[in-house]
Amino acid sequence: MNMDDEYNNKIETKAADSSSGSYAPPVEKIPAKENAEQDLYHAKSFWTKWVFCQDAKVIGVQYALTATAIGMIGLILSWGMRLQLGFPETFSFLGPATYYQSVTMHGMIMVIYLLTALFLGGFGNYLIPLMVGARDMVFPYVNMVSFWMFLVAVLVLLASFFVPGGPTGAGWTLYPPQAILPGTPGSEMGIVLMLVSLSLFVIGFTMGGLNYVITILQSRTRGMTLMRMPLTIWGIFTATILALLAFPALLVACIMMTLDNLLGTSFFMPEIFTMGEQLGTSGGSPILFQHLFWFFGHPEVYIVALPAFGIVSDLISVHARKNVFGYRMMVWAIVIIGALSFIVWAHHMYVSGMNPWFGFFFATTTLIIAVPTAIKVYNWVLTLWRGNIHLTIPMLFSLGFIVTFVNGGITGLFLGNVIIDVPLSDTYFVVAHFHMVMGIAPLMVVFGAIYHWYPLITGRHLNQTLGKIHFWITFVGAYAIYFPMHYLGFIGVPRRYFEMYDSPYMTSGVGLNQFITVAALIVGFTQILFLYNLFTSWYKGEKSERNPWKANSLEWHTSDFPPTHGNFGKELPVVYRWPYDFSVPGSDKEYIPQDVPSSQVPTAKAERT
Amino acid sequence: MSQFDLSKLPQGRKGFMHDWGSDQRAFKGVPWGKAMMWIFLLSDTFIFSCFLISLMTARASTTVEWPYPSEVFGLTVFGTSVPLLLIAIMTFVLITSSGTMAIAVKYGYEKNRKLCGWFLLATAIGGLTFVGMQAFEWSKLIFHDGVRPWGNPFGAEQFGAFFFMITGFHGTHVSIGVIFLFIFSRKVFRGDFDTGRRGYFTSMKSDYEAIEILGLYWHFVDLVWVFIFAFFYLW
Repeated sequence: MNMDDEYNNKIETKAADSSSGSYAPPVEKIPAKENAEQDLYHAKSFWTKWVFCQDAKVIGVQYALTATAIGMIGLILSWGMRLQLGFPETFSFLGPATYYQSVTMHGMIMVIYLLTALFLGGFGNYLIPLMVGARDMVFPYVNMVSFWMFLVAVLVLLASFFVPGGPTGAGWTLYPPQAILPGTPGSEMGIVLMLVSLSLFVIGFTMGGLNYVITILQSRTRGMTLMRMPLTIWGIFTATILALLAFPALLVACIMMTLDNLLGTSFFMPEIFTMGEQLGTSGGSPILFQHLFWFFGHPEVYIVALPAFGIVSDLISVHARKNVFGYRMMVWAIVIIGALSFIVWAHHMYVSGMNPWFGFFFATTTLIIAVPTAIKVYNWVLTLWRGNIHLTIPMLFSLGFIVTFVNGGITGLFLGNVIIDVPLSDTYFVVAHFHMVMGIAPLMVVFGAIYHWYPLITGRHLNQTLGKIHFWITFVGAYAIYFPMHYLGFIGVPRRYFEMYDSPYMTSGVGLNQFITVAALIVGFTQILFLYNLFTSWYKGEKSERNPWKANSLEWHTSDFPPTHGNFGKELPVVYRWPYDFSVPGSDKEYIPQDVPSSQVPTAKAERT
Repeated sequence: MSQFDLSKLPQGRKGFMHDWGSDQRAFKGVPWGKAMMWIFLLSDTFIFSCFLISLMTARASTTVEWPYPSEVFGLTVFGTSVPLLLIAIMTFVLITSSGTMAIAVKYGYEKNRKLCGWFLLATAIGGLTFVGMQAFEWSKLIFHDGVRPWGNPFGAEQFGAFFFMITGFHGTHVSIGVIFLFIFSRKVFRGDFDTGRRGYFTSMKSDYEAIEILGLYWHFVDLVWVFIFAFFYLW
């Protein structure tokens, strides 16, 4: 029935050809309003306007700034690791415990407190209401509490740096029993604070996540069908659903490990002898934790990746002045990747000792994910193909994303196969793979998105020269860091080792490690340059015109620029088309915003979407 | 501009396709808060599923004998030991409170303020009774039978650990529900949903749909109890 409608629509639009002189523009049927005008809390004081703020845009910026701040700590921790690996026994402040704590905190901070919070809390909050044509999130108060919960989680995490024993050094996967046994750095207080912080994060995220989902499902403006939403929204939407279903497993694992640690239960603890004495635990299953953790952990990869997929599709389309190739295919690919991500988790556990048939099953499901993912890559390339590519900074970062993502995706195919994974498991090949696919690739999109939407948020452009320097050093530098790591993995260098000493395979590895360290330091300092750009451009940047990239989606077509509380003017916009009407054949306009009815662009030969 | 008419929408499979292909709302006529509660409950289902599946794996892989629940949870009444007596009463009270909740929702939609408030209060008292009996059950197990999270005299260590964790997590849910039931019954008696009085924290107006949303949560908590009952006490 739906198919028929669509088909008739196409014919209808084609029939509405304006070649004859007496052309009557098609009458657009505007659907009736289903949502009552949203009752918003209007801030009266400085505190309720900028601090305890209920405006999703401010909350988004708060999320982004907090995530960036904690992310800088994650970056500095990575320098510590790299200094130790490149120049062992040189720096007195780096011992084995510090090294493991850096590894652990770097991993956890980057994956959860930076990327998840930035994509969903930051971009999600800022863009969802604007892009779907809503005044705000459906429950602004809950949304505000979500941010403060996140901030408390971050503060608890930071507190773990200052407790006796320091933060946990169990590796970001926090595998028990070692995470809570003496001998592991931070097994006293650090691990407890980590688990508490994660639990708070999950609770805070749930409050925000429910808002994102319901705003997208129930609070779109008139004319905004699901299939007219920008892919950014589709990516964030699907990722939020994944998060709402995956974080429970993390929460449960955190609760159980906290009890194991504080109450002496044996959920994950088998019988253990330590220092010749038996601990009072018995019968627990460490593998159970791994299952719970990776049931969260694998969807988490896509929680980070799917918003990146969505955002990059929009960036490519806008900056190549061409519609997204195969929009519906892109939507379904996002949804299918999201669904598949729940049945692949055990590919992180091939060496944990599972039934071989399990490996067979999970290898199969893992490799199936390559199909929708490849569709997406082809479609990005086909969107670019014969497009009017503007090499703006967002476009540079988008191109960088495609390259790094393909790179990391292909090594993922290696690791998805049991027989190839077993020898490569726990080597630097794995480190190279996941940094490429879920570190660098999403970060490329984050940067591209910031350069793209910064004018919307502040009304000013970021400095373009600094931006180009930032892109080239980050992009080339990322390859300088991670390409050699693939090789290190192939020659068998294990990950997470504090020092290699005189291992035979380290003869060729020593120089490489030094090279990687120098590259990492340079790339790291470039990010500080980026932050400098971010803060100075806020008040010194070149003033931006309205809609500087000539985009179609609603966030650029608000009554005020930059958008103010309530987002749109007196009336919410009505949407007549998808956001990708660039270079439409027959139209005299180069782009047609979503809220322009067909009657205003009578010559456009667009298929109705 | 025409008025939106819910009754004119297509039904069945056609309706499903129409609603998801349409603008504004995917769930037609469903208030924001209600949709939000459903999605939250879906997420919460995953939490309880993780707990119960963990329990099953522990139970399936234990090398020490798993305690026999009928004996552990028995009560001696007038010299005869009745298995699962307390649990049966607790379950009955909780399920009954679901019934009173449903009636409260009905009276809420009829804007019958008094009856809605009383039934909410009855539900809250039912929930409170449940939590009280749970506290009694816990203290009996801890002080009388010597069951601890890290061990118990009946068998596998995980028995006590899972028992306190899962029933504790569920009991927390019930307690939160009870607090909200009390708050909401006060709101109903005061007439907040009729006068459009604004909330203390959110400063937003609310209406009787809020009762149904709270009801969803309450029924969910009761339903979860049925699963806990089945997997912990009957298995």
